[in-house]
Amino acid sequence: MPWLAHTSAGYSIVLALLFALAAGLVGSFALMKRMLLAGDVISHLALPGFGLAFLLKINPLLGAAATLFLGTLLIWQLQKKTGLATENVIGVVFAAALGIGAAITPSDELIEALFGKNHATSLLGFLLGGLAVGFIIAAIWRLRDQLVLTLFSPELAMATGVKVDRVNLCFLLLFSLTILVGLRFMGALLAGSLIILPAAIGRRLTTKMSHFLIASSVASAISVGAGLLLNSVVPKFGPGPSIVMVAALLFVICLFKRS
Amino acid sequence: MDRVRGKVAIVTGGAKTILSVKDLTVSLDGRSILSGLSFELHAGEMLAIIGPNGAGKTVLLKTLLHILPYQGEIHWAESARIGYVPQRVAADRQLPLSASDLLNAEARFLKLSQVDIERAASATDLTPELLNTNIGILSGGQFQKILIAAALLGRPNVILFDEPTASLDELTEERIYDLLHRIKEEQGKTVVLVSHDLSVVYRYATTVLCIGKGKPCFGPPKEVLTPEALEALYSAPPKFYQHLQDHHGV
Repeated sequence: MPWLAHTSAGYSIVLALLFALAAGLVGSFALMKRMLLAGDVISHLALPGFGLAFLLKINPLLGAAATLFLGTLLIWQLQKKTGLATENVIGVVFAAALGIGAAITPSDELIEALFGKNHATSLLGFLLGGLAVGFIIAAIWRLRDQLVLTLFSPELAMATGVKVDRVNLCFLLLFSLTILVGLRFMGALLAGSLIILPAAIGRRLTTKMSHFLIASSVASAISVGAGLLLNSVVPKFGPGPSIVMVAALLFVICLFKRS
Repeated sequence: MDRVRGKVAIVTGGAKTILSVKDLTVSLDGRSILSGLSFELHAGEMLAIIGPNGAGKTVLLKTLLHILPYQGEIHWAESARIGYVPQRVAADRQLPLSASDLLNAEARFLKLSQVDIERAASATDLTPELLNTNIGILSGGQFQKILIAAALLGRPNVILFDEPTASLDELTEERIYDLLHRIKEEQGKTVVLVSHDLSVVYRYATTVLCIGKGKPCFGPPKEVLTPEALEALYSAPPKFYQHLQDHHGV
């Protein structure tokens, strides 16, 4: 495991585990909002950004962040202005993003952009990633009561004084930020899966809200830890696919739990 | 859709007036739902809003809560603290959510204490066991009690109930209305109730507002709900009225 010996590889592992905790937490609320698949599609919005960054020879994450957040805001605005269903709007933006991304991303870089890669992480990258994860967890914690009230009944939440529109937009942006942190090692195609699978595992194992949030985050961290270990044994798998395979296996094991 | 609101002013005259509505007009998706509606509500009253399906009763409640856009004026007194029990909550029954989770979330958001939760739970006869049960496995009546507890949590002095017993069996319906009556009497709250059940309106309401076809009517049930008014409202022969005469000596 030569890459593990390197300090920057250590940063990558710690950052991946921190990302896992945030992804589990965000995924739990995404599952309850029934937007897991919609959220997965959002991760593809990063692809045109990757392509542009490769063309302009700038940091790929900067390009990904730009199109991810612009795409998220575009979905939000289109939905509000046109009155179309969320899945409709997301489907259109997703298809456009994938087409543009595939067209402009150099073919050598496309696989890396889609499925992630073993990346060394600089101290600055580690600190920024850690800061983003800390922000995501703190923001979800702060928003949790408003999210719960909105989940139960948007109308009742509004009558209680919750700004439902604002809460939904904040959640969507936190969702995109989580995807962004996971992009380097999971790729645009797989970053969303760590939001989906651990939440599905957590929901299968628990019936109480607090237990569910903890179980999803723990399942996410186990998937990332074991996935990175698997990747270090079989490097040709790549970190993203390894993590997803472990998470999917955990979910299959959970299916045997008596409900 | 742009939100068009009339001027909202604070009612200073008439200490007992808790709500004053003037020339309220609501249109949704280009369709006129309410037009030029005016009425006043006094503290401690129980106002029943009646009318046929699609008359805009639920729309009126949501407009009073400022959830929907409107034109005209809605003046709530400064002292008004409003609780709301919706007609139907399409909550996902698969949510890993208990009544306790819900009430705790609301209490934290409104900066209320555990004592407030206990008070709301006790007022609605919610046991600790029921509070910790997932909402997905509650009966219709138990679910309704949780909605009422959630509405009572912020210590409201006005509660808006939108058909609180829709889709409940007769016995549960009776219990829920007894509960509402008890809350109103014991705590002296002002109540606005949307109901299809005219016998309930006669039993509990001090004032009736009927909306639907023709001119809206407003006043005490015995004065307002004449056979002619009911026929005009529902476009049906006044058989309710005959039935009510037999049962309540109206």
